Amino acid sequence: MSEQVQEKESLFSAKNRKLITNAIGKDNPITVQVLGICSALAVTAKLEPAIVMSISVLFVLAMGNVVISLLRNTIPQRIRIIVQLVIIAALVILVDQVLKAFAYEVSKQLSVFVGLIITNCIIMGRFEAFSMANKPWPSFLDGVGNSIGYGMILVIVAFFRELLGSGTIFGWHVFEAIGLYEIGYKNNGLMILPPMALITVGIIIWVQRSRNPELIKD
Amino acid sequence: MNSNSNSYIFIYSVVMVVIVAAVLSTAATVLKPFQEQNKKNEKMSSILASAKIESTAENAEELYNKYITKELVINANGDIVGTYANGELDGDIRAFDVNIKTEQFKQGKGEDFLSPLYLCDYNGEKYYIIPMLGKGLWGPVWGNIALEADFNTVAGVIFDHKGETPGLGAEITTSAFEDQFVGKTIFKENGEFISVKIQKGGAKTLPANMQDHAVDAISGGTITSDAVSHMMKSCLGNYVEYSKKQK
Repeated sequence: MSEQVQEKESLFSAKNRKLITNAIGKDNPITVQVLGICSALAVTAKLEPAIVMSISVLFVLAMGNVVISLLRNTIPQRIRIIVQLVIIAALVILVDQVLKAFAYEVSKQLSVFVGLIITNCIIMGRFEAFSMANKPWPSFLDGVGNSIGYGMILVIVAFFRELLGSGTIFGWHVFEAIGLYEIGYKNNGLMILPPMALITVGIIIWVQRSRNPELIKD
Repeated sequence: MNSNSNSYIFIYSVVMVVIVAAVLSTAATVLKPFQEQNKKNEKMSSILASAKIESTAENAEELYNKYITKELVINANGDIVGTYANGELDGDIRAFDVNIKTEQFKQGKGEDFLSPLYLCDYNGEKYYIIPMLGKGLWGPVWGNIALEADFNTVAGVIFDHKGETPGLGAEITTSAFEDQFVGKTIFKENGEFISVKIQKGGAKTLPANMQDHAVDAISGGTITSDAVSHMMKSCLGNYVEYSKKQK
């Protein structure tokens, strides 16, 4: 868990780069650690909210990791979970307020799910597992890496759900433009419902595991 | 200092909470005007949408000022108690600022209450726009209805909701549902108020003379459909006295 980061290490040393690439690939929070599934189901019916959600998580996780890392030697062990939660909650409320002020339409679509970033397991997980024991810069990279890993899956799922469920990309009618409806194609309403997000995530996990034997246990 | 002693933990939490509270309240205060403006734009946009005037968050206020020529506030007896036009207010309150929820609460207690009414002038056509609010299955449902100059024929209607079931009750916000209302009438031929009913099983199951006052309900969204029906009847009912006095 806690690695000794050497002094005078370059900002993008191999070890630091790994913090990002691992989180995107073989240590992906959604497909490998299976965290944060709840929000992955809820906000992926359309691409736009999925992207805004990813950016919100990126902000909360990267900032939170840095703050926790800076405070890590002062936080009393017995109330560390409470301290972590207060910091997450504060950042999430900040994000929510900013969205309501500057991205009102999107904030209405995301509704409660911005608030539910507080309970996103990825964030607590990274605080406990990484930033409590590492310096601010690696913690920042770890936060960025994990949120990209999370956001990437969200965007992939949202892409397929929006395309197959509503026939649009970012609200632009793709299938109508290429005339697919005229030959009898119909949108699959099932793709809009949450279960199909789970199945899409399942397919992504399947693809990832079949390409990376390291991930297969037994 | 021992970071596990009770006094350290106590001081630590107090300091942390005070700092977090200060940051959050500053942010809330700074962002408040933007958020209020967003809510205002949304309300204006929704009022315009009922009369089939499309607007975006950017031009909602401009279009609203252009097309909504007059705002009236009406009391329980159908008398006009407030007028707002061209930026001048005559009376106590602007129709735009009337809180329908509070007024419905007053109405429920049997007190005098106010009803807002918007007069719209778009491409030479006059519309009366009436805001509505009711209780859906999971939370509030609301909307705006535009009536033509005869205060009888529906020119357009728009609904929204807090949390109706997606795919079922939430379908009230689709244009397929809303467009059914266009051309329906809210008064019978003898002048009796009837509103527009949302009919389970379809408007076609009703007698011919009732079909002008009914639309098809949503399959699987019966409670939401009934809620919208009830909302229209009770909200439009508040304007019956006013419309009689106009004639």
